[in-house]
Amino acid sequence: MDDIEAIAALQDPVRRRLYEFVVGQGREVGRNEAAEAAGIARTLAAHHLDRLVEAGLLESGSRRLTGRSGPGAGRPAKVYTRVQAERTVSLPARDYRTAAELLAEAAEQAGLDAGLTAAARRRGESLRGSTAPCGGLEEAMEMLAARGYEPRLEGDGGDEGDEGSGEASGAAAPVLRMRNCPFHAVAERFPPLVCGMNLALLEGLLGTDGPVRARMDARPGECCVVVENSKNNGD
Amino acid sequence: MTSSTRAAHLAQLNVATLRHPLDDPRTASFVEMLDPVNAVADSAPGFVWRLVEEGAADATGLRPAGEGVIVNLTVWQTREALWDFTYRSGHLEAMRRRREWFERHTEAHLVLWWVPAGHLPTVDEALERLADLRAHGPSPRAFTFASSYTAAEAAQHLQAVPSARPTLAGDASAV
Repeated sequence: MDDIEAIAALQDPVRRRLYEFVVGQGREVGRNEAAEAAGIARTLAAHHLDRLVEAGLLESGSRRLTGRSGPGAGRPAKVYTRVQAERTVSLPARDYRTAAELLAEAAEQAGLDAGLTAAARRRGESLRGSTAPCGGLEEAMEMLAARGYEPRLEGDGGDEGDEGSGEASGAAAPVLRMRNCPFHAVAERFPPLVCGMNLALLEGLLGTDGPVRARMDARPGECCVVVENSKNNGD
Repeated sequence: MTSSTRAAHLAQLNVATLRHPLDDPRTASFVEMLDPVNAVADSAPGFVWRLVEEGAADATGLRPAGEGVIVNLTVWQTREALWDFTYRSGHLEAMRRRREWFERHTEAHLVLWWVPAGHLPTVDEALERLADLRAHGPSPRAFTFASSYTAAEAAQHLQAVPSARPTLAGDASAV
């Protein structure tokens, strides 16, 4: 399906609510919980979720949601996740991606990391639009969400808690992790260069010597940066 | 798909020219990262092996590619495993700061090639692959992340050119 048709499938407000809910969970979502979240009947939710799959915005699979197996576990439920592919529409047609890739390739070959980092930091500072640094994790969350990073707060800096795994052992410091890398395509091709640029951009955006700080903590499938409270009382 | 492709592992060599000696204060922040980052590698999914100098914790004391050039030689189960470690672990932070410690290379400084599972590549073998990449560009016997080949493609290539030992255009140690 064309990008424009896929995106047009989100024009329906109910469908868009369901899409945003599935995306926001960052995991497989069943029909029941999607219906509940959107405040609609299960059959209607199922219809719209399947339309989103047809449009190429979600993909579906089946899984036993209860975790039980064998007789009595019931039929596997249909579950939905966001597809990895990007959808963009630009009218008139623009191709900033090719420009970004060429500039990144040239910067990589010329070793322009320092210049790129400085420019990114300046851009971050001007995007913040205030002389005061970011006031805390909640404010950082809003700023990052507005820039498409899909942040989520984790109370535990260590392992990611699977649903149902219960309490995490020991209360670690809260940390903001980001599900989406806005620079994904170029970051995959030139990771040290573009991830370094992203870190500098976020450092500029959050401000230095404030209550929160950005730091690199790369993991598969996520943004390479995390945001946490600054360590003011020594290390 | 075939058993021969499943039994292949990915070997990786990268060379880095130090701006200052390892014991120089300007290189200290790199040296501090060695143990923790190597520990991440050793426990990373898909990690098979890395070159270590006898009696040392790593290979930074070896100088097979020239004075001031440190080498990193590793073996991984898959390209994805190596990629995730290189760019999606604590190793990325070291990559990000690479210009602080290392000279910029005008030639290729990283080479990948497939080896039979269980084979541990020698330094000479690794440097020969790097020389091949530098002399002939990426091919199934010496490639990069951006131009990678599958184990099946490499096996096919070997069959097509049985005694493919490209003449070395330059000495790898003359970095």
